[in-house]
Amino acid sequence: MAQRSLEKIGYALMTLVAIAVVVPILGVVAIIVAQGLPALSWGFLSEMPYDGMKAGGIFPAIIGTLLLTLGTAVAAIPVGVAGAVYLAEYAHDTALTRAVRLAIVNLAGIPSVVYGLFGLGMFVLFLGLGTSVVAGSLTLGIMTLPVVISTAEEALRAVPREYRTVSASLGGTKWQGIRNIILPQATPGIITGVILGLLRAAGETAPILFTVAAFYLPSLPKSPMDQVMTLPYHLYVVSTQVPGMPEEIQYGTALVLMALVLSMNTAATLVRSYYRRRRTW
Amino acid sequence: MSESSLKNGDQPRVAFAVRLKQWGEFAVEAVIRLMGLSTIGIVILILSFLLYEGAPLFWQVPLGSLLDTRWYPTFGYYGILPLILGSLFVTFLALVLAVPLGVITAVFVREVAPAWARDILKPLIEVLAGIPSVVLGFFGMRYISPIVREALGAPTGLTALTGALVLGYMALPTLISVAEDALDAVPKTYRDAGLAMGASRWQTIWRVTVPAARPGIVTAIMLGMGRAIGETMAVMMVTGNAARMPIELDAVMKPVRTMTATIAAEMGEVAKGSVHYRTLFGIGIILFIITFLINLAAASVMFKKRAGGGLR
Repeated sequence: MAQRSLEKIGYALMTLVAIAVVVPILGVVAIIVAQGLPALSWGFLSEMPYDGMKAGGIFPAIIGTLLLTLGTAVAAIPVGVAGAVYLAEYAHDTALTRAVRLAIVNLAGIPSVVYGLFGLGMFVLFLGLGTSVVAGSLTLGIMTLPVVISTAEEALRAVPREYRTVSASLGGTKWQGIRNIILPQATPGIITGVILGLLRAAGETAPILFTVAAFYLPSLPKSPMDQVMTLPYHLYVVSTQVPGMPEEIQYGTALVLMALVLSMNTAATLVRSYYRRRRTW
Repeated sequence: MSESSLKNGDQPRVAFAVRLKQWGEFAVEAVIRLMGLSTIGIVILILSFLLYEGAPLFWQVPLGSLLDTRWYPTFGYYGILPLILGSLFVTFLALVLAVPLGVITAVFVREVAPAWARDILKPLIEVLAGIPSVVLGFFGMRYISPIVREALGAPTGLTALTGALVLGYMALPTLISVAEDALDAVPKTYRDAGLAMGASRWQTIWRVTVPAARPGIVTAIMLGMGRAIGETMAVMMVTGNAARMPIELDAVMKPVRTMTATIAAEMGEVAKGSVHYRTLFGIGIILFIITFLINLAAASVMFKKRAGGGLR
């Protein structure tokens, strides 16, 4: 009997721990939303900042983040999906394949600021791209690769074996089967993975510090070789680098960034659950 | 097109089409293989560029002065010991918080929680994984730092402890999801056997299921550690960034500076090719090696489990 009541206390403690994990998460989201909402207005979203960024909006930072995210997608999707097709469809369990997997695990673990150093060394200086959208997108694209590859591989592997056998039995070559059957079936899963990778890239600051981000720019970028302002770096700047910055600009920027990233997160979840319900296997 | 419908003269054309298709197949496969193997190339490229920019440091500056306890780049002191210890210290504190919270939450989610609670917990933990680190750093500055300051009566709220609190929570999503996968991989028969032997559910969880999942849980802790040691923006915003040796008893309540924060804060201001510049790349090399080793260890635990064919 004593044993039983001790166990009850144990379960209660576990529940408390789970609550201790969840409550701060809710707290962060609730506080940023509550404090940031009053700052939001059409002007805040669509105007250039002025008066030393203490007035006006964050339009250039929003545009910059969207451009960078697009650039990251262009850089990461082809290599990422092809890498996943290689691992799921072509690779045998050889030492080489294991080396590829190890490389992916390690890419996933490299600190974001080290990607920043790499981007600075390779893209900005060595290839002479300068601090530019191109340099930043390539850096973020490489950082995003492991997420895209591993989720896309999982999606490809989830397609039942029969689909491959049937395609082969109809005389299709391996690549025809992959292009016409396997890839279309795995597309929703791949899209989910791509969005998850991109949302990480959209929220990152450290890799773009020395490769693309600008403290303040008076105008929008005109070419991919220009610097841009971005939401994460802007939040860092207004909350730590400029004294006397009005609070609502800080909270407003934090809210817009968080809302962008979490809506991408929701989109990924919706795509996944929508297609999981619709698929026939 | 069936073979019988072919006229004699068609044969070379068909043979050509077949060969074209084979070549196409070959080319596609080659490209895909190349893309797959490029991941290895990228890891090598990253290391090469870190070495290219950072390695000259080691013949510009004697090793002894790098292992100094003073980091004052403007006065020519490039001792990186306080930064390395700072990173290890904050990471250790973060894990003291995150390991019990994360492991217990994973066990709760997988073994104890009713379905509705699981449906609330898991998306919320995903939300935490999605919040950008600069937002969490901002939140830490605004809300956690004042609490730490008032609770400890410290002159500043930007301390190692503040950093550890923020970092600990940032390591949780990785830790929880990997640990949960490990528990998920324990066959149901293990649990059934435990219960059939007359063990209570509690005993089955802690003496059968969790020990069986231990390799995966160790992996989870290591990946969480890698995440914590490499985190940059949040740490930079809440730890106060004083480059000092965290060796006193009350170091927890004092500012500290990590390797990542040093790179992020100073790289923008250094002259290319200067000793300071090379030292920052040198710190990058150290970070690369540390995270490489952590991930190698985590992966080898995973691969060994798979090769042994034990679970799943």
